[in-house]
Amino acid sequence: MKTIHSNAMIQATINGKPIEVPEGTSILDAARQCGVRIPTLCKHPDLLPTAACGLCIVKIAGRERMSRACATELQPGMEITTHDGELTRIRRMILELILSTHPNACLTCKRNGNCELQTLIGEFGVRDDRLEKHIRDVPPDHSNGSIIIDFTKCINCARCVQTCQKIQNVWALSMLNRGINTRMAPAGDISLAESPCIKCGQCAAHCPTGAIVEHDEVATVWDALEDPETFCSVQIAPSVRVALGEEFGYPPGTNLTRQIYATLRRLGFQAVFDTNFAADLTIMEEAGEFVQRFVHGKGPLPLITSCCPAWTDYMEKKHQDLIENFSTAKSPQQMLGVVAKTYYSEKAGLDPAKHFQVSIMPCTAKKYELERTDEMFASGYQDVDVTLTTRELARMIKQSGLVFREMPEEEADSPLGEYSGSGTLFGATGGVMEAALRTAHFLVTGQNLAAEAINILPARGLKGVKEAEIVLEGTTVRVAISHGMANVDKVLDKVRAARDRGEEPPYHFIEVMACPGGCIGGGGQPYGISDEVRRKRMEGLYHDDKSCARRFSHENPAIQQLYKDFLGEPLGEKAEQLLHTRYKPRKAYQR
Amino acid sequence: MQTQTELGKLLEWVEIMRGRIREIVREWADQEGNLIMMLHAIQNEFGYISRGAAGELAKETGISMARIYEVITFYHYFRVTPPGKHTLQVCMGTACYLKGAAALHKELERQLGILAAAGGGHDEFQLETVRCIGCCGMAPAVVVDAETHGRLCPGDMAQILHQKQKA
Repeated sequence: MKTIHSNAMIQATINGKPIEVPEGTSILDAARQCGVRIPTLCKHPDLLPTAACGLCIVKIAGRERMSRACATELQPGMEITTHDGELTRIRRMILELILSTHPNACLTCKRNGNCELQTLIGEFGVRDDRLEKHIRDVPPDHSNGSIIIDFTKCINCARCVQTCQKIQNVWALSMLNRGINTRMAPAGDISLAESPCIKCGQCAAHCPTGAIVEHDEVATVWDALEDPETFCSVQIAPSVRVALGEEFGYPPGTNLTRQIYATLRRLGFQAVFDTNFAADLTIMEEAGEFVQRFVHGKGPLPLITSCCPAWTDYMEKKHQDLIENFSTAKSPQQMLGVVAKTYYSEKAGLDPAKHFQVSIMPCTAKKYELERTDEMFASGYQDVDVTLTTRELARMIKQSGLVFREMPEEEADSPLGEYSGSGTLFGATGGVMEAALRTAHFLVTGQNLAAEAINILPARGLKGVKEAEIVLEGTTVRVAISHGMANVDKVLDKVRAARDRGEEPPYHFIEVMACPGGCIGGGGQPYGISDEVRRKRMEGLYHDDKSCARRFSHENPAIQQLYKDFLGEPLGEKAEQLLHTRYKPRKAYQR
Repeated sequence: MQTQTELGKLLEWVEIMRGRIREIVREWADQEGNLIMMLHAIQNEFGYISRGAAGELAKETGISMARIYEVITFYHYFRVTPPGKHTLQVCMGTACYLKGAAALHKELERQLGILAAAGGGHDEFQLETVRCIGCCGMAPAVVVDAETHGRLCPGDMAQILHQKQKA
């Protein structure tokens, strides 16, 4: 996000070493490029500098005052000192000041072991509380079933607030008061559940401490696994397979699908399914819906995807005039849940009342989706019982004693474990669109895209709003893909402007994912997100797609069998009943 | 019936409030930095900025509640609770401070605490501190509603409250 004014390069020295960087590079980034890490608790690679914490101070020769490296651009000829005895003493003092308002609760904190503050306190050798403690006496906010805020652990870095306001445009979080009384709180001192929060969890993903964390439900899952009366099945989302490894020392993007299946079985799950299967199913319904609207004029255009529960929550609160444009197809998580509790239970001779379905998701909003509407109980039971985030699964594996790196490779259980390359793409921004267009092309023309056209490249990558065109039987389909809620608003404003002028919609099909990068960058993924990590995780999914024997959702034999044996036709009566949902306007503020 | 009438009155009042806020928004629309001016207008009109008023302002302007509360809580001038019937402004300007204003403030807090413990009356008063009110010759001074009392000592505070309660 740094501002690059031109391609001009500038020369300066950092710790006596000459360095050349593009004009506009901050001292913090310039130092990192020459192998020096300047500590910071408020600057995050996704965010603009706020200069809140003060840890990144450096000395600039000829200047009396120290400067904050995050918010100071390197200028030609600058001589920077990033580390010396005095700077270390000042940084330690800043850490001691932060610690004086922070509880010493590391042992029982959810960020124990991966807290940025704890790490720096350790590195700087702060070993006692020299300063008097001033811990705020304020209870945690447990009001929303996805995210928990512990205000006492907040260090006022404002990363969560910038994420919520600027990247997500949700404005659920705010910085209130001023000076020493400055504090983070949901919009004007209400509870998170009463605020416009969409549960995306991006605040938690950017928090340096344990102030905002996911609602941990590992214990509930252990209880179910230990209950001999309960049949436990599990599904893993597309993006989990390329991120979980980071918790066990693998580089981001390493595809560990088969090792994860084996691990889940050893944790005690009696059936291991793959959400990718249901992603293929979602495509059958959603591509069908698109063709209905685009070719047969049944329903308004653009069609807008609805797999992302943070997005549907946002839409129900903020874009109520476009509710009719939303795909009614359920998300893959919910489709898998209902098919597991009906079709699979029936086939396996199980009592669905005793079938406990767990989903492993990159996402905190998926926890909310489980009880979103009555349609999430289409099987007659809650279709998915518990959602664990990738981080929670990692903790579960560590608790179990299983050595993840030594797990063998196994296959998922048939038939809800088979997937096409299209299914796995769901985990990245543009993936749902790419998968849907592959199948829509087949539905309209009766032919698959040619081998060289399967990868719909304009749909890929991290650009906030991507546009693409694809020709179906001589008619051009215009699509848009956006991720990060602030980008979504731009796309929808364009749709609205065209509608208000009585013009044709600028797009026929829009894909939306709430989190930057899509699910691979979800709020429940391993910590340490940046565009670099997002790209690697995306590459992992593209590679998985490419290595699949089948690349089209409609060619997944298990999906074809499911329609033949159980569901009938896509968009048919039974499919409508089990696989579709409705949206309704909701109030953004409960008070 | 009683509650229905009360509810009717309340709804009527809410409608009046909404109408007034719409007027304020119209008045300041298109002006840069208008949020603070609109908040001033609302506080002047209603004595404070209620959650309802903030919500109405958010709806009319498209400014988020988070931003509105960031501004309201940043500036001490804005109030989010209704003002008391009587205001007690203890001057904390340099002269008054040196002459013992802090002790007056502490004593007022104590007296209001006694009233609260005795079952009420404290919420009629709103205790504030202000910077120099330009009456340094009378230091330490307390402004009670619009009336300035000077050369006070903590022992005078109970009497001030008592007089206002009787009034």
